[in-house]
Amino acid sequence: MSVLELEGISLGFGGVQALSGVDLAVEEGTITAVIGPNGAGKTSLFNVISGFYRPQQGRVLLEGRNLTRLRPPRRASLGLGRTFQNIALFRGMTVLDNVKLGAHVRMRTGVFSAMWYLGAARREEARVREEIEREVFDFLEIDHIRRHPVAALPYGLQKRVELARALAMRPKILMLDEPVAGMNREEKEDMARFILDVKEEWGITVLMVEHDMGMVMDISDRVHVLNFGQVIASGEPAVVQKNPGVIQAYLGSGDVNSLRERLMGESA
Amino acid sequence: MDWLFFIEVSLAGIGAGSLYALTAIAFVLIYKATRVINLAIGEMLMVGAYLFFALGAGWSLSWWLAIPMALVGGGLLGMLLERGVIRPMLGENPISVFMVTIGLGSILVGTVELIWTSAPRSLPGFMPDEAIFIGEAFIAPNTFWGFVIAAVVIALFLLLFRFWRGGVALRATASDQGAAWAMGINVPAVYSLAWGLAGMIAAGSGILLGAMSGVSPEMAMFGLTVLVVVIVGGLDSVFGALLAGLLIGWMESVVGVYLGGEYEHLVTFILLMLVLLVRPWGLFGSHEIERL
Amino acid sequence: MRIGSAKESYIADEALFATRTQWVWFALLLASLVLFPFVSNLYWLYLACLVSINVISATGLNILTGFTGQVSLGHAAFMGVGAYTVAWLDNNAQTPFYLNLLAAAGVTTAVGLVAGLPSLRVKGLYLAIATIAASFILQFVFINWESVTRGTRGINIEPPEIMGIVLDNPDTFYWMVVPIMVVMVLLAANLFRTRVGRAFIAIRDRDISASVLGISLPAYKLMSFAIASFYAGIAGGLYAYFMGSINPESFPLLMSIFFLAAIIVGGMGTILGGILGAIFMTLTPEVLRYGVDLASPFIDEPGAVLSPVRTIVFGALIVGFLLFEPHGLAEIWRRIRRFFHLWPFRT
Repeated sequence: MSVLELEGISLGFGGVQALSGVDLAVEEGTITAVIGPNGAGKTSLFNVISGFYRPQQGRVLLEGRNLTRLRPPRRASLGLGRTFQNIALFRGMTVLDNVKLGAHVRMRTGVFSAMWYLGAARREEARVREEIEREVFDFLEIDHIRRHPVAALPYGLQKRVELARALAMRPKILMLDEPVAGMNREEKEDMARFILDVKEEWGITVLMVEHDMGMVMDISDRVHVLNFGQVIASGEPAVVQKNPGVIQAYLGSGDVNSLRERLMGESA
Repeated sequence: MDWLFFIEVSLAGIGAGSLYALTAIAFVLIYKATRVINLAIGEMLMVGAYLFFALGAGWSLSWWLAIPMALVGGGLLGMLLERGVIRPMLGENPISVFMVTIGLGSILVGTVELIWTSAPRSLPGFMPDEAIFIGEAFIAPNTFWGFVIAAVVIALFLLLFRFWRGGVALRATASDQGAAWAMGINVPAVYSLAWGLAGMIAAGSGILLGAMSGVSPEMAMFGLTVLVVVIVGGLDSVFGALLAGLLIGWMESVVGVYLGGEYEHLVTFILLMLVLLVRPWGLFGSHEIERL
Repeated sequence: MRIGSAKESYIADEALFATRTQWVWFALLLASLVLFPFVSNLYWLYLACLVSINVISATGLNILTGFTGQVSLGHAAFMGVGAYTVAWLDNNAQTPFYLNLLAAAGVTTAVGLVAGLPSLRVKGLYLAIATIAASFILQFVFINWESVTRGTRGINIEPPEIMGIVLDNPDTFYWMVVPIMVVMVLLAANLFRTRVGRAFIAIRDRDISASVLGISLPAYKLMSFAIASFYAGIAGGLYAYFMGSINPESFPLLMSIFFLAAIIVGGMGTILGGILGAIFMTLTPEVLRYGVDLASPFIDEPGAVLSPVRTIVFGALIVGFLLFEPHGLAEIWRRIRRFFHLWPFRT
């Protein structure tokens, strides 16, 4: 069954057509990757799903429910989690507070009980804290930095904290925008392992945009290739990799060397 | 309705509005070059008026000597503020810079009160004082000559902005700082230039305003109305500043006479609220400044 | 030197005062607040009451501006709304003072919600300017709604009364205002241990991330305006009782700038910052008066010098802190504490 479905999404800015007629379905319990040359519309697609852009045509469905007219916070509360390409943590806060913010939609404390901090508010804070410690910090191995301000952490750890924050939401579908961009080999391997565990242990469906073809080929169950705002190929990684249209797309973008490196070098 | 009276009130308003427009140009100049919302503009104007007062009344210099000296003083003050306080804040949160200009304003007002006390003063006269009639409508000579001078200065400034090398550098810096650097424009010098020119213009408005309605530390409040003018006109639009200045001057005058003085500011600030809600980038401003 | 601290449960780890040392300090602070009236005179008690009122107000503004990032230059005008509410009730209804105070907070909250509406449309400086406009519009109402405010003549307020004791003097007023201040500050501190406070900070730091985490920006911005106005209402109501009379001149734009300066000097976005800033900015003019008194043999008109000197120092503090200590006194305090924690090993 599809958790997330996009039906005929078209999005244009002025004269530029960023997405035209994109149909895409994400099956429950899979890792689905969206790839494509620079400027193919991948991030626009993510922003349409999150609700930052409203498409001129088409619908976004989460478990059959139409999200197209909902604002981003509402979508989050229905189970749509995401991370950003260039880390979007709250830099003034500690790791713990950042991750707790992920659990915002699952909490209920209102202003009055918050200010008195009695009973329900206190219990809820303790419960969420305990869950985060047990499930998220343990899993992502960041319990030793819980009190650190995120701004001071190295890049790889910040990426991990952002993943932790999204997991604390317990989303139905987790959208990762370039989860391993800018990481070294070791960090990439860690992250790939975490993403696989998110699917297998947490049972969360993952939709990611990624440039690192090696990682995409290794961990994805399905790949969709986007070019000039259109889906030009979909299928299992091994099949997509050999699709002549896909090779053509990367050639057409002039990205020949990176294509060779990505398709042959790293996955070999 | 007494149309003649209405016309006289309107002319007085437009005369006052020309000073809003002139000061607003100083404001826009600073904003365009350095992206600073300078709330101290009213205080800079006040300092200019007091400099003229000190030179003209205190030292008894004749006006054709005292005015240029006051203008130069205003310009130096602008450059000093930019170099000493604004430049170290470059790249900081715009709100912090805005607050810094509020602090600067406070320092300037305090200094003026310390030197000249807060008692109102009147400036030595330098404009012809024969009554002026346009058709049958009377207009106060100070207002009339104030308008004429403001108009000439604005025209000069616009020409300068368009044709002079420094003006071109200013415009280039305003549209893209990085590119201006790459083109070999000395951007810090442009900042100094913008603040210096703005300081001169503000001092000039201060002298004209002082000639119309006397000099006191209260003059600094003029800056708040100028803030409204530039928001309504569009922060980065010289044309908008001119038009909004005249419009608000006229509106305040008409409202003040027909509804009562207490409504003057109310109407101004309601207009501000409306513009912020409906068209935050102003009547003629460019769209992206909304994202501040 | 302090080493680690071990906690048995997450509840203990989430406590407001997490270590024994912090509890001891808090207890000492409360004790000194209780003892203060017995060792000081009326003048210092007067200042203590004024400081307390300003702490409440600054804490409210800090929630809105320091924590949520919505700059307001209308805070004094909101205090005015609270003050006039108290004044009107005092003159027209026989309600007890605590009800008047709550009503002041309620009315101010409602006004603050309306004044906060522009925050849904504009951000940053534009919002600051919109609050200047709101401030002038309220000022106009204070002057011209004569049937309620008595216009420029101002309005007198009878001192509050608790159980037969009339609080007409700083030494009695102190016992009412200080507990209220302590409670208001603790309430604010609690707020930032929960999802609501975290959402405020999230909006300040990065509003786009906040919205993908399910935080509704309009709702939380308005909530922040409402809370800040609630604090302003309480502070304004207390101010009216404390001063005994108010007029439209009591709440000028300069006073709003004063509170903004207080949280800048104290430290934006920390509860301690609001407190330190309010204390510092309230006491500085007094210190300056001492200074001018001391210097009076050497200057011509000491009386005429004081007010301009205050204005200059006020501006210089804003400029100086923004330039050199943008995180304010709270950060200086943190550095001092850190020094002693590590002492004598690292300095």
